[in-house]
Amino acid sequence: MQTLQHLWPPVRLTLELATVGILTLLVLATPLAWWLARSKRAWKEVIATIVSLPLVLPPTVLGFYILIALGPDGPGGAIASFWGARTLAFTFLGLVIGCIVSALPTVVQPIRNAFTAIGDRPLEAAATLRASPWKAFWRVALPLASPGILSGAVLGFANIVGNFGVVLMIGGNIPGRTRVMSTAIFDYVETMQWREANILAGGMLVFAFVVILSMILIQKRFASAGA
Amino acid sequence: MNLRSLVVAFVLLWLGFAGSVQAAQTHVAVAANFTEPAREIAALFRQKTGHEAILIFGASGAFFTQITHSAPFEVFLSADEERPRLAVEQGFAVPESRFTYAIGKLALWSRVLDVTDGKAALSEGKFSRLAIANPNSAPYGTAAVETIKALGVFDALQGKFVRGNSISQAFQFVDSRNAELGFVALAQLHGITAGTRWLVPENLHSPIRQDAVLLKRGANDEASKAFLAFLKGPEARAIIESFGYTIDE
Repeated sequence: MQTLQHLWPPVRLTLELATVGILTLLVLATPLAWWLARSKRAWKEVIATIVSLPLVLPPTVLGFYILIALGPDGPGGAIASFWGARTLAFTFLGLVIGCIVSALPTVVQPIRNAFTAIGDRPLEAAATLRASPWKAFWRVALPLASPGILSGAVLGFANIVGNFGVVLMIGGNIPGRTRVMSTAIFDYVETMQWREANILAGGMLVFAFVVILSMILIQKRFASAGA
Repeated sequence: MNLRSLVVAFVLLWLGFAGSVQAAQTHVAVAANFTEPAREIAALFRQKTGHEAILIFGASGAFFTQITHSAPFEVFLSADEERPRLAVEQGFAVPESRFTYAIGKLALWSRVLDVTDGKAALSEGKFSRLAIANPNSAPYGTAAVETIKALGVFDALQGKFVRGNSISQAFQFVDSRNAELGFVALAQLHGITAGTRWLVPENLHSPIRQDAVLLKRGANDEASKAFLAFLKGPEARAIIESFGYTIDE
C-alpha cells in the first residue's frame, strides 16, 4: 500500500484552524449573543443582520471582500505591517479571520436563542439574591445556556472544517500553511488523483455525519433534562 | 388557484427551461488565460453567424476532469496541447478536429516591485509572495515553474509560492497586491498599464501551445463546428494576435 503520509498535513492544518477558530469564536460570539438577546435597543437587529450576512452571501463575495480587507489596501495590511509583512492573505492568521467571519452566524444564532430562552426570571431571582450582574451571567446565564453554546461550538467547528470558498480565495493553497482539506480535495479532483480525493472526501462525509448526529443527541439530551 | 393549475404551471415552467436550450448554441470551455479574446471572438461570431457561443471559464485541468465526466461542453479551448490530445485518446473528442489556436506568452508582473529585469528580480528574491497558477492543473503554472527552474532559483523561491486555482486567480493575487509579483499570461495584461512586467523569454519554458478540440457532444452540432471554423479564420486570428499570442503559419 502506497504511503498516505502526504494526506496528513491538510488534515492537521484543518483541525488546527478549526480549533483556533472556534475558541476565538466562542470568546467573541458569547458576549455578542448575550447583548443581542438582552439589549432593548431597536438597532440591535441591524447588528444581528450584519452578523448573519455570511449565511446568505456567496462564499466568493465574502472571499473577495476578505481578500481585499486582508491586503495592503485594507486593515489586514496595516496589521501585517507591525511585523513587516504586507498582507494577511496566504497566512494562517488570515485563514482564521476569514473562517471566523464566515462561521460567526452559525455560532451566534444558537447561543442567542439559548440566552433568549432563559428569560428574565432566573436573572431577576439572582439579582434578588444580591448576585451582581457579572456573577449572574457566569453562575446562572452561562450554565443555563450551555446546550446552546455547545451547539454553536459544534456547528462553528464544522463550518470551519467545511469552509471552501473563502479559503480558496484567500489561502493561496500553500502546503502546510493554507492548504486545508477542502482545497486539497479540490486539487486532487482537478488533477484526477481519485484515491486521495476519495479518502479525504470520505473522511469529511463521516465527520459530517458525526457532527449532525451529535447535534441531534445534544438537543435530545438537554430537552429531556430540562423538562 | 387550485392544486391542479399549480401543477400545470410548474410543469410548464420546467418545459420552458428545457425548451430554452434548443436555440443554436454551443458551450465552449475556455482556459482562463483566453478569457478576453474569447469574449471578443464570441461577440463577433454571433454577429457574423447568428450562432451563440456560451463561454465557460476555468482551469484547463478542471475542465478536462469535467469533460471525462460528461460535462455539457461541445468545444474545449485548452491552455495546453496535452489535455485535448488526451481527450481525443480517451474518446471524448473528435480526432481530426484538434488544432493549435494560439501560442501563449508568459509574463512576470508586479504592481509593487520593478520587474522589468525579471531575472534579476527573481534571483534577488526581495519579496515574500510569488503568485503562480497551480502547476498541476494550469499549464501557465507549469510554464512558470519551468521558468523558475531554468533560472536556477526554484529551491530559493519554493517557499514563497502562492498558488492560484487558475491563471485568473494568480492575476488577481498580484492585482490586489496581496502577492508582490506573479506569473500571468501576457494576454491578461492586455490594456493594463499598471505596474511593471517582464516578458519571459521563450527558451526558459516549453512552448505554451494552446489546442482547441471539438468534443463528442458537439460532433454533429452545427454551431460548435462553425465556432471552431471561425476560430481558425482571419477575423478571430486578428483578435488573438492583438492580445499578444502568436499563431502557427
